[in-house]
Amino acid sequence: MAIIVDENTKAIVQGITGSQGRFHAERMIAYGTKIVGGVTPGKGGSKVLGVPVFDTVKEAVEETGANASVIFVPAAFAGDAIMEAVDAGIEAIVAITEGIPVYDELKVYKKVKAEGRILIGPNCPGVMSVGKSHLGIMPPQIFSEGNVGIVSRSGTLTYQVAYNLTKLGIGQSTVVGIGGDRIIGTSFVEVLEMFENDDQTDLVVLIGEIGGTDEEEAAKFIEKRMSKPVVGYIAGITAPPGKRMGHAGAIIEGGKGTAESKIKALNEVGVEVGRTPMEVAEIVKRTLKG
Amino acid sequence: MRMHEYQAKQIFRQHGIPTARGELALTPEQVKEIAEKLGGKVVLKSQVLVGGRGKAGGIKLANSPDEACELAKQMFGMVIKGHKVEKLYVEEQLEIAREMYVGFTIDRASKGFALIVSSVGGMDIEEIAEKHPDRIARVTVDPIYGLWDYQIREVLYRSSMPKEYQKEVTRIIKILYSILVHNEAELTEINPLVVTKDGKIIAADARLNIDDNALYRHPDLRELKDYTEVDQTERIAEEKGLNFVKLDGNIGVIANGAGMSMATMDLIYLEGGKPANFLDVGGGASSEVVKEAVSIILMDENMKVIFMNIFGGITRCDEVARGLITAFSEMEIPVPVVLRLAGTNEEEGRKLIEEFIRERAIESIHLVETMEEGAKKAVELAGEV
Repeated sequence: MAIIVDENTKAIVQGITGSQGRFHAERMIAYGTKIVGGVTPGKGGSKVLGVPVFDTVKEAVEETGANASVIFVPAAFAGDAIMEAVDAGIEAIVAITEGIPVYDELKVYKKVKAEGRILIGPNCPGVMSVGKSHLGIMPPQIFSEGNVGIVSRSGTLTYQVAYNLTKLGIGQSTVVGIGGDRIIGTSFVEVLEMFENDDQTDLVVLIGEIGGTDEEEAAKFIEKRMSKPVVGYIAGITAPPGKRMGHAGAIIEGGKGTAESKIKALNEVGVEVGRTPMEVAEIVKRTLKG
Repeated sequence: MRMHEYQAKQIFRQHGIPTARGELALTPEQVKEIAEKLGGKVVLKSQVLVGGRGKAGGIKLANSPDEACELAKQMFGMVIKGHKVEKLYVEEQLEIAREMYVGFTIDRASKGFALIVSSVGGMDIEEIAEKHPDRIARVTVDPIYGLWDYQIREVLYRSSMPKEYQKEVTRIIKILYSILVHNEAELTEINPLVVTKDGKIIAADARLNIDDNALYRHPDLRELKDYTEVDQTERIAEEKGLNFVKLDGNIGVIANGAGMSMATMDLIYLEGGKPANFLDVGGGASSEVVKEAVSIILMDENMKVIFMNIFGGITRCDEVARGLITAFSEMEIPVPVVLRLAGTNEEEGRKLIEEFIRERAIESIHLVETMEEGAKKAVELAGEV
């Protein structure tokens, strides 16, 4: 088993005719992901990478039976693309786009939750169930199949930790990049719950960063509901207050959202937090052995 | 985008929120003229985009136009938390009987807007929450359903807002909400909202921060952006699509991705060093971008070592290597460079660099295997200089 996506997931790519969309669609197909079509308004009827392109998501779903979508649409149109996907009945939506206006993200969030769908991102690297399916922009070669789940706000740190795990001979079940924006579709807590219920996952690595209180919420959930061990990493110990550190959501505001407070919250519920990405992998190795 | 008080007040005024009379001045002479117009007793407020101006000496009272002129001479050019004072907002003095607080922010946890009201004000909101927990109340407003009267009543009751002010404060809260939503603001705040001795309720300060990602939908607001307030290196980086934050250490950090850049800074700190900056070249950086990144961090005179930490996903290590080689060929790089290349096209990238080092007999590039090793090396080199 895996979470969010598996070998049966049938995905479309919204924005498949753009340079990003096409490039990554090709990589996803090469990985074995079932990409059944693409959507670009005005380009319906053509073909890209051997799959049909549709004008609307609704048409794409009717013709292909797609249940997932990956969005590579520019920020100004990405909110609209997510709303369209929800209305067309798509179950799992992965939004890669960075820089979506936060008011669009708020409305999209409410819609996704009201309709009971899954939105991963925005501003995320996507989700990969290793060896089964990949919706996003992750570099597949660094992952290996196994029993460790990863949930992360940062793309590159996800890769770094997975790479270290793979080097130590530890494989991954599903890797979820939930995104670096302030308002994202799926929280740490929701992904932790999925991993708790996933029989392929024996341990979860949680990669957080400064800003917001999602890691603190995760700590509460871990204490109450997780039976599986969780290993943490928090980036931004040296980040100055009031400055956005690359991600829109990575900012210490009004003294809240510091790396220290997050590490403390996790430590207090028994989560060991690695000080470096390599230390994280070593803790995972030790924990799995014990 | 954070707006200046004078800009925010203009918008507040246009929508019907009472503010004191005031004008912007760029010279001490203008300050004097405005003070004369306003009747002599004025407040001089430095327009810098940082909090805590008052405590830092950026707000002063003058009781005559001459005094205002003298004070202005001291205030122009003053540096507050790294921001130079170049504009003063000159306002009539208010006779204050009481200070209160109203504000809206985006609430990440509840995915809505937080309306915060306090029947005391004048301090920052965390301080109010700590010192007067019974005088402050908040409620979440759902962005789909909007703000309703019962929500305002609730915060007014819970913050013990005196009855005689409730009607006017309610009116102001409604206007503030429409300003928030209409401008796609992240924060809009009046602190303090004052009651004058003659019973008027007036916004004595005004804050309005707009979501940068939405500025394309608000061309009128985008024009108000004050670029003199942004660190010049940060501004150049922004124009080139790079994410740069200046810090006060001596080890320059270039990495790909926000998380990786932060982790690299943290590792340096863990090894006992101090990062000079945070520079995220983003995903899929070309050799041109890498070269630009090097040239940008070289603007920092304190920088003693560059640590370039690349984990290639979309970014290709050979492309990064080419960028660094171009940088070395086209400009003088007076500091050592610690380079870590992993991930996509790692082999090719390392080979290119190794050949370059051999051919040119360059001793200042240190190729390392892991980011942990790289941080250690960078700190060691910074200590030697």
